[in-house]
Amino acid sequence: MILIFVIAILFIGGILAWLSEFINPKLPRVVAVICLLVNGVLLLTLLDAPTLVQDGIDGDWLVHLKASWLPRFGIYFQVGVDGLSLLMLLLTVFLGIISCGAAWNEIVDRAGFFYFNLLWTLAGVAGVFVALDLFLFFFFWEVMLIPMYLIIAIWGHENKNYAAMKFFIFTQVTGLLMLISILVLAYSHYQQFGYFSFDYFELKNVQLGSSLGMAVMLGFFISFGTKLPTVPFHTWLPDAHSQAPTAGSVMLAGILLKTGAYGLIRFTLPLFPEATATFTPIAMTLAAISIVYCAKVAFAQTDIKRLIAYTSVSHMGFVMLGIFAWNAQALQGAVMTMLAHGLSAAALFMLAGGLQHRIHTRDMSNMGGFWTKVPLMSVVALFFSIAALGMPGLGNFVGEFLVLLGAFRVSVPLTVISAFGLILASVYSLWVLQKVFQGKYDSGKIDDASLVDLSRQEMIFYIAMMLGLVWMGMYPQSFLDMSATTLDHLLQSTEALRVGL
Amino acid sequence: MNTQITAQDLVPLLPIILTSASAVIVMLLIAIKRNHALICASSIAGLAIVVVAAFAVVPESPQQISPLLIIDSYSLFFTIVILMLAACIAVFSFNYLYNLDDDVEEFYLLLLLATLGAVVMVSSNHFISAFLGLETLSISLYGMIAYPVHSKEAVKFPLEASVKYLVLSAVSSTFILFGIALLYAQTGTLSFSDLSAVLTSPGANTGIFVMALLLLSAGMAFKLSLAPFHMWTPDVYEGAPLPASAFLATIGKAAMFVLLLRFFMVSKALQFEAVVAVFSLIAVVSILFGNVLALLQDNLKRILAYSSIAHMGYLLIALIAVHYSTGTMAIEAVSFYLVAYVVMTLGAFGVATVVSSSEKEFDFVSDYQGLFWREPWLATAFTAMLLSLAGIPLTVGFIGKFYVILAGVEGALWVLLAVLVVGSGIGIYYYLRIIYRMIMPADHQVQFRETGLNRIGSYVVLSFLLLSLLVLGVYPAFLMSIIEAISTSI
Repeated sequence: MILIFVIAILFIGGILAWLSEFINPKLPRVVAVICLLVNGVLLLTLLDAPTLVQDGIDGDWLVHLKASWLPRFGIYFQVGVDGLSLLMLLLTVFLGIISCGAAWNEIVDRAGFFYFNLLWTLAGVAGVFVALDLFLFFFFWEVMLIPMYLIIAIWGHENKNYAAMKFFIFTQVTGLLMLISILVLAYSHYQQFGYFSFDYFELKNVQLGSSLGMAVMLGFFISFGTKLPTVPFHTWLPDAHSQAPTAGSVMLAGILLKTGAYGLIRFTLPLFPEATATFTPIAMTLAAISIVYCAKVAFAQTDIKRLIAYTSVSHMGFVMLGIFAWNAQALQGAVMTMLAHGLSAAALFMLAGGLQHRIHTRDMSNMGGFWTKVPLMSVVALFFSIAALGMPGLGNFVGEFLVLLGAFRVSVPLTVISAFGLILASVYSLWVLQKVFQGKYDSGKIDDASLVDLSRQEMIFYIAMMLGLVWMGMYPQSFLDMSATTLDHLLQSTEALRVGL
Repeated sequence: MNTQITAQDLVPLLPIILTSASAVIVMLLIAIKRNHALICASSIAGLAIVVVAAFAVVPESPQQISPLLIIDSYSLFFTIVILMLAACIAVFSFNYLYNLDDDVEEFYLLLLLATLGAVVMVSSNHFISAFLGLETLSISLYGMIAYPVHSKEAVKFPLEASVKYLVLSAVSSTFILFGIALLYAQTGTLSFSDLSAVLTSPGANTGIFVMALLLLSAGMAFKLSLAPFHMWTPDVYEGAPLPASAFLATIGKAAMFVLLLRFFMVSKALQFEAVVAVFSLIAVVSILFGNVLALLQDNLKRILAYSSIAHMGYLLIALIAVHYSTGTMAIEAVSFYLVAYVVMTLGAFGVATVVSSSEKEFDFVSDYQGLFWREPWLATAFTAMLLSLAGIPLTVGFIGKFYVILAGVEGALWVLLAVLVVGSGIGIYYYLRIIYRMIMPADHQVQFRETGLNRIGSYVVLSFLLLSLLVLGVYPAFLMSIIEAISTSI
């Protein structure tokens, strides 16, 4: 039941937030934060829940629920949470609150509708992280698109129509490919077992031929690879990130990208062990290209938000590298990178958004020497840049290090190439810092009337994220333990099939 | 076969008889007293009675009444759908025609007659009845399209639209007739079921059959506005008054498609590879043309016209899948998609109708700029309809697309599915373009008419459509089981 509450609170809270605008335009943000806090408490109660023992669900499920939905096609409302899902849900709620913080003073126009969209996006994301029926999964996968589209299209910046449209078309078209793949799976289940099924556990038993299996796997891969994103499906991301309002960028980078990685871990590899084994060299090559190429492209940007967007693609390359390496270290590293990048990228986008809010430009060529004007902000930016470049002691380092460690066992050349990504990351991170915060301050280039340092309220959010990153870097075991059983189980379930190759 | 109609046979025929009777009663009422509200109300009441009668007849089905008509659960289901759509359109017509500077009452008469034609079409399994139904529908539509022709204030060009539709519809009818004639010359029968025996028998003259079937299909493709027979569609939709466009786009298409499905199911005419190939080609061209041409339009009615071309293409995929699959899945796909299509299309036309009237139609995309902030409720409804047309979850359009893709997967129609993906991708652009217009800051030059009492009915109907769209999009299990049941009966 707790999962229904978690999702329903977000959906209903969204509607309440919208309606509360008519009482007081400042009410929606309060409603949104309250909903998220309640959800956070609900999820925290799951932390020490015992593992369920039940037929038909293999894995370390803490909560599981199955109810009939569309019996004609064997579609169930089936949701469940294991360690991996729970981590992702906690990240979702945490960054959801951070997004509300980012929007707190920035979004004053039509705030009710904004928080409605924010909560509905989060509802879709939460649904994606718990769905165990592929139809339900696809349902939530698509539900999060519309509110995100509206967030970009209504509250975005100068080129919002183009960016929002591109985001929507990329994800929707690749989503249709996934829908076709899901239906092929369900229909194959019908042919082999005599009834339609969209059940995650039952679909694992479906045997597809090698060519059909590869085609169906690609349908999933392209859809998740677009959301992640990986080269060559990444071009929507810099546009969407740079045009979205700050809260939108935070949600996109922090949460929405992770749904793609989650999909790969939960569905693509376990459902198609043979096809993905064949596909691994290509996927890992794409990941390595993403890491190096996007790091280099990031270096060429002048728009600060576009730059951060490209670095996101680069970091997500590590995630994909780790996932396709498909061993314990690499997977742990991928999950760790997802969490750490969620925090660091969200913080960087908030900083970029904060800067834009203050000086009305994202063009770095106009910036410089801000350390003297906004020292606090500069220190915060230094911290998160260093986190992003993979400084030991912070979460990102743990994740990327584990990924490289695991990937090394699968492919030495690709790991070596990917490791250059770490060097490039230090180059662009420090370059940005130098460009924006160091050097000589020139007040003529920008409108610095409202260039003030971080407020106390903003600091609270940044400090929360800093603590998270330090925790992840200093004592990663608490996070690794949560996902370990899930990941071990996924590895074991595919091992037998992979060894046979 | 029994060619006599006995008194008992009249019971299953009640929906058709009562529809005709309501038309006659409405005509007499007009002769006694011209009163717009009265005539509209009695038409809707008539349709409501027929819906009740159709439900009452369900236990009597299936029955073949004379060789001409079949009353089975499939025909009754679509009879009910059509009657409900007609009632909705009658409500929309009331506010649209409210200010017309001419007699308005006969519009409802034509509406009832056209509905009668559509009901006959979905109940026929014989060429004679099918053709009679088709012509009843078409001829009434000529009148409906040209209806405001004497109005001095009418901004549109209904006469042009009507004549265009008249000429092209007549041409396509001759195609159909010629196809029927060729089939009759070869087989000596006009009944769908007798035809199947001849078509499947060895030694059949394949060349003539294929020729006849292609002529027949071309004629039907005209009526369904499938590319490359679609040229009339945008012009007629744009020129016609909104309720007539809505009728043409929903009931006109649905009745024709049900007839097409029944003909190809019963006669097993899809066994000819050439026919399947031509249908596949038509589907591909329709999806691509419809979606690409819609990109360039600024007029809402034209966008909906092109999008309906694309949607007919999607439906055709499911129809082709009927041939390749063994179960009833593909038939269910066609049936569900038709229901989804009529709900969302009528809803989209309904939004335009609610704000328009005969002397001022708001049919440009720019008229809807900032609708979200001016009339949030209307904009929400419109957005839902458009997202449904684009096939996004939470709406019935998504379930429809789910069915069509499943049917395509079952038939292993990979090329057609690829075209569907491309087409949907293009489609999103023009649907979102309208939504984007609605969320832009309001343009204060455009003023819709005040919401008067005459519009309340339309708002109620629109709410009903929105509710159906969402309920059928989230929990369609009920409709799914009905459609599963009726699809086995065809």
